[in-house]
Amino acid sequence: MPTLFFYFFAILAISGAVALVVFRNPVSSALSMVASFVGFAGLFIGLNAYFIGVIQILVYAGAIMVLFIFIIMLLDLKKEESKKFPITTVIGALLIPGLFMLQLVGIFGNFDDKKHQALDLPASAEHYQEEAPKIAATLSGANGEAPSLPDVNLIGQKLFTEFNFPFQVMGILLLVATIGVVVLSKRSPSTSASDQ
Amino acid sequence: MDITWLLFLLPIASAAIGWLLLNKQHTLAAYLSTASVIATFVISVSMLLAGKDTQASFNWASVGDFHVKIGFMADQMARGMMIVVTGVGMLVHVFSLPYMKKDAAKARYFACLSLFMFSMTGIVLSDNFLMTFMFWELVGLSSYLLIGHWYQKESAADAAKKAFLTNRIGDFGFMIGILMIWGIAGSVSFAGIADWASHVGTLTPLMTATLGAATLCIFCGAIGKSAQMPLHVWLPDAMEGPTPVSALIHAATMVAAGIFMMVRFFTCFETGEAHGAPEADHAAVSLIPSFAWTTIAVIGIVTSLAAAFMATQQDDIKKILAYSTLSQLGYMVMAVGLQGSEASMFHLYTHAWFKALLFLGSGAVIYACHHEQNIWKMGGLLKKMPITAITFLIATLALAGFPMTAGFFSKEQILHVANHQGGMLFFIPTVLVAILTTFYMFRLVFVVFFGKNRSENAEHAHEVGPLMFIPLIALTVMAVIAGYEGIAGQMAPLFHHEKVNFGSIEFLSSIGAFIVGLVLAFVFYFNKDEDKLSGNVLSKVFANKFYIDEFYAKLVRVFQDAVAAVVHFFDEILIGGILVGGLSRSAAGFGALFRRLHSGNLQGYATLFGAGALLIIYLTVFVF
Amino acid sequence: MATLHEYLFVSGLLFAIGLAGVIARRNIIVIFMCLEMMLSAANLTLVAFSRFNTAETGLPDYDGQMLVFFIITVAAAEVAVGLAIIVALYRARQTVNVNDLTSLRG
Repeated sequence: MPTLFFYFFAILAISGAVALVVFRNPVSSALSMVASFVGFAGLFIGLNAYFIGVIQILVYAGAIMVLFIFIIMLLDLKKEESKKFPITTVIGALLIPGLFMLQLVGIFGNFDDKKHQALDLPASAEHYQEEAPKIAATLSGANGEAPSLPDVNLIGQKLFTEFNFPFQVMGILLLVATIGVVVLSKRSPSTSASDQ
Repeated sequence: MDITWLLFLLPIASAAIGWLLLNKQHTLAAYLSTASVIATFVISVSMLLAGKDTQASFNWASVGDFHVKIGFMADQMARGMMIVVTGVGMLVHVFSLPYMKKDAAKARYFACLSLFMFSMTGIVLSDNFLMTFMFWELVGLSSYLLIGHWYQKESAADAAKKAFLTNRIGDFGFMIGILMIWGIAGSVSFAGIADWASHVGTLTPLMTATLGAATLCIFCGAIGKSAQMPLHVWLPDAMEGPTPVSALIHAATMVAAGIFMMVRFFTCFETGEAHGAPEADHAAVSLIPSFAWTTIAVIGIVTSLAAAFMATQQDDIKKILAYSTLSQLGYMVMAVGLQGSEASMFHLYTHAWFKALLFLGSGAVIYACHHEQNIWKMGGLLKKMPITAITFLIATLALAGFPMTAGFFSKEQILHVANHQGGMLFFIPTVLVAILTTFYMFRLVFVVFFGKNRSENAEHAHEVGPLMFIPLIALTVMAVIAGYEGIAGQMAPLFHHEKVNFGSIEFLSSIGAFIVGLVLAFVFYFNKDEDKLSGNVLSKVFANKFYIDEFYAKLVRVFQDAVAAVVHFFDEILIGGILVGGLSRSAAGFGALFRRLHSGNLQGYATLFGAGALLIIYLTVFVF
Repeated sequence: MATLHEYLFVSGLLFAIGLAGVIARRNIIVIFMCLEMMLSAANLTLVAFSRFNTAETGLPDYDGQMLVFFIITVAAAEVAVGLAIIVALYRARQTVNVNDLTSLRG
């Protein structure tokens, strides 16, 4: 059953990606990308990365794709002109990724595959006994519920201890990006004068 | 602060101020320059009277272990030379005051004279070759400026260029010679070379040959500056400059700088005695191989003889004197080459006085005749301007070596050196030159001062003013007394007294040469209106200076064409076509190639970027 | 259950498709979407390694997921700025076709 889920979401992601590249209409491309990202999210959850899967949906499929579609509408983009793809472009677009895949398969031959192993939650609990008893309790099932992976708790614990400084920097980056976007989208008086 | 520095400071200051006053205060600049040279003369005399060697120097530039020093070395030779330079310089300045009175560019003239005095002082007092070389170039520059003083005249501008370029050839050799000496002796200061020479012992044959080559390279500088064959061609043309300049620069001082410098160089090799090791003296002198000495002596005597022949058929009063100067310089060079430095310097010293006098006298004549220089258009000037004529006559006697004049003593020593060190091969040409000297000088005197006036200008000539004839008289006094031991022992550089032996072959040949020359000149030229000797093939050859100028013109043209062809090949084909052009073409080719990549096409960039990433993956994962 | 190689193959394939899109497409917005696709493919690789590297505690290696978290954050900022640039570009040039954007032509 889990294997089936993997193939389903993998095929969803890949077909969405192919559709993204193939569709001529940008809106269609954007929507197929949403489908692809849903596939991604499924794969993340299959890898026990629940939090990442959720924000993949929230941030990418939700916020970012909305932004894309909003811009597409704002610019009122028509279908890409039906000019044929030049043959060189097609060759480049097939050759380079093809070679890339070839290399990837070659790399697989260089090191051993890893089988999927179930998580041993109660055994890992003792690692968190000292610093985060609640996480340990969830892991071991000591709080009366069945043992489960407190994914968000674990990420939060790591984020606010070990990765606190990059986290703060990220906040500043987002602020800078916000200001930058405002500056970029503001029409400067000189250009507006020449535009109108 | 040594008072000697003033010798440098005064002329350069006056030159600088002269340039600043160029347009407004002509007369002030002239007087200032004259005052400065009088002051330097006084300082020189005081140094001579003090009679002690002084020396000072400071570091000018350092490159690693190599230090360039600016310093002076006022030994007996330099002090004597300073008297000549400042003495003649002073009289020439005074003479120039009236001579250049009406010249519009008087300030420039006097500023250049001051610059020359500064440079000449530098050569005389310099204690190392590098400093000598710098001032050597400076005298070249001031000579260039003064020859071309009347640059509006094309011939003057050409003559200035010719002098400068010809000197450059010699100076190039000089520079190489200095570098070779530095390589051999490890020092460019005269003291350093002397120190090396007295301690080096014996040299390997290769080193001896190198030293000989270095000596000849340094001599190249002297060939250029002292106008020896084959670079003598500039000196006669330099007579385009104002006559006082010819007297100072092209007769008395600058042209003698070459001889002075050679003697300075050779005396470095003779200091063994001073170190108290008499046997080292001989060893040190013999360091320089004999081929170098012989070359110098042969060039000297050939120049002397050729110039004397040329002088016999010139019609321009200054040209005659110029060739006479060449001839006398040849004497000195020959004496240097025959290891007779003392005789050479002595002749240099006496010659400076009477040759300056001859030039100033000719200047007075030219001035009186309204800038007429052709001797056949003068005549009978003895009655018109007696003072000039008499001083000129005395100078002629001195130059011809008439007994009891200054020239007699120095010529005696030259003949002595030629006879004893050179043998018959040198002695006979030397006597021949003596005969020719008397002949052409009396030819000049007879044609200019005797006979009748042959032109209007000569008829209207009258005696020059006192500012002009006072220097003439002063120089006349020197031309007579400078040779006597009492005076010369004090003043002459490197004076080495030798008693005149009245029975010796030198004395007899000297007197004989004078009489023969005088008789010949009297027979051919006294009271004649035209040159009886001209018109035949030989005289044409002499008059045209052996066609050396024409030969050089041809040679230069052929040489230039050849060089131009080679350079053209290098420039156009090798450098232009292959090196530069090839580089630029290959750069353009690569550029065109890469330009295709820079199509501005984002997809192209993405493709290349992906290919690059693939390559990196391939290299990192599969290769390394 | 799927193995590590399978996950890596899927993420590699997604990355390759994204790359193909970047190379082939001419609409700059679609190109931008393909870039996002490539970023997500890289995220998938990171999460896969994180899940299969359970040696230390028996849990997924959360360092990998931290990186994914930061990548998503940066990607969000990047999309915002990138789209703003595209809007500004469109205002200036009236086009989003990269064939018309040839200022870099040598």
